Amino acid sequence: MTKLLKRYRLFLSMVAVNLLLALWNPSLAALSGAKSMSFLVEVLLIVPPVMVLMGLLDAWVPRQIVEAHLGKDAGVRGAGVAILLGTAAAGPLYAAFPIALSLQKKGARLANVVIFLGTWATIKIPMIIMESSFIGLRFALLRLAFTVPCVLAAGYLMEMMIPADTIPEMTTEQG
Amino acid sequence: MMSAVLWSITVLALLVSWWRNPERTGKALQVSGRSLKGLAPGLLGMVALVGLALALVPPEMLARLFTFKGVTGFAVISLVGALVTMPAPIAFPLAGSLLRVGAAPAALAAFITTLTMVGIVTAPIEISYFGRRFTFIRQALSFVAAIVIGLLMGVFL
Repeated sequence: MTKLLKRYRLFLSMVAVNLLLALWNPSLAALSGAKSMSFLVEVLLIVPPVMVLMGLLDAWVPRQIVEAHLGKDAGVRGAGVAILLGTAAAGPLYAAFPIALSLQKKGARLANVVIFLGTWATIKIPMIIMESSFIGLRFALLRLAFTVPCVLAAGYLMEMMIPADTIPEMTTEQG
Repeated sequence: MMSAVLWSITVLALLVSWWRNPERTGKALQVSGRSLKGLAPGLLGMVALVGLALALVPPEMLARLFTFKGVTGFAVISLVGALVTMPAPIAFPLAGSLLRVGAAPAALAAFITTLTMVGIVTAPIEISYFGRRFTFIRQALSFVAAIVIGLLMGVFL
């Protein structure tokens, strides 16, 4: 029971804040509730299919393939594969975490996992089209050109700073 | 639109998987279900936090932040981007209108990068997968990267 409370502490404290807000400014609390609900719908549209894809990835992609293309011995090609995987995906960054962890557990090196997360977040083909139409093509391409080396640098730096065994086993196992 | 594509791909992948091997597909779905269950507390917390933040900080106030000039403006905008996570379909039109209002391109580039790469509100989810240390270092490095990208954009634009 206390474990359950602890896992939901952020949600529960947010509910408490909203309740206090409702006493002080009901319309603001209502707005907060409405914004949360519309965001929840957005999250529910994205997270379940991503989880299913992650499960399928886990069941069908053999460890040797991930190891060969994203592991220690893949070298520079590994970074390329990580970037390609990141740009091909759709969805917000929090949808990438389970997939990234599953790749890591199957033998991808940490640098490539971080590069995958970085490209997933910043570089997407539909996003570049949107960015150039709303802001400008020059802006979008320059930002892309500067982002790739930064993402690569962040990946290799993180691998130097974090021993892979400090990453916890999947917390979902606690059920 | 994006979620329609995502759902179609997922359903297709699931059908192919089922056709190839129903038993293995069932196992895969069990993994998915457990993972979803593990993620639920963090997701609910994030949803409530984002709703509250969006209600407390109206978009007009966010827009006013961008009229700050110089280093302070640059820092404030990057920090706001790090706190708030916004879907790209909303972020880019907003950035475009801010540019026309007179925001600096360098600040906008830093803003877009922190907006997508760094998320204080998604940190609890990231921690539940990768642990505190990984999350903290990744977000800190991404923040630095966003500043570097912004400064470089300032030089070239």
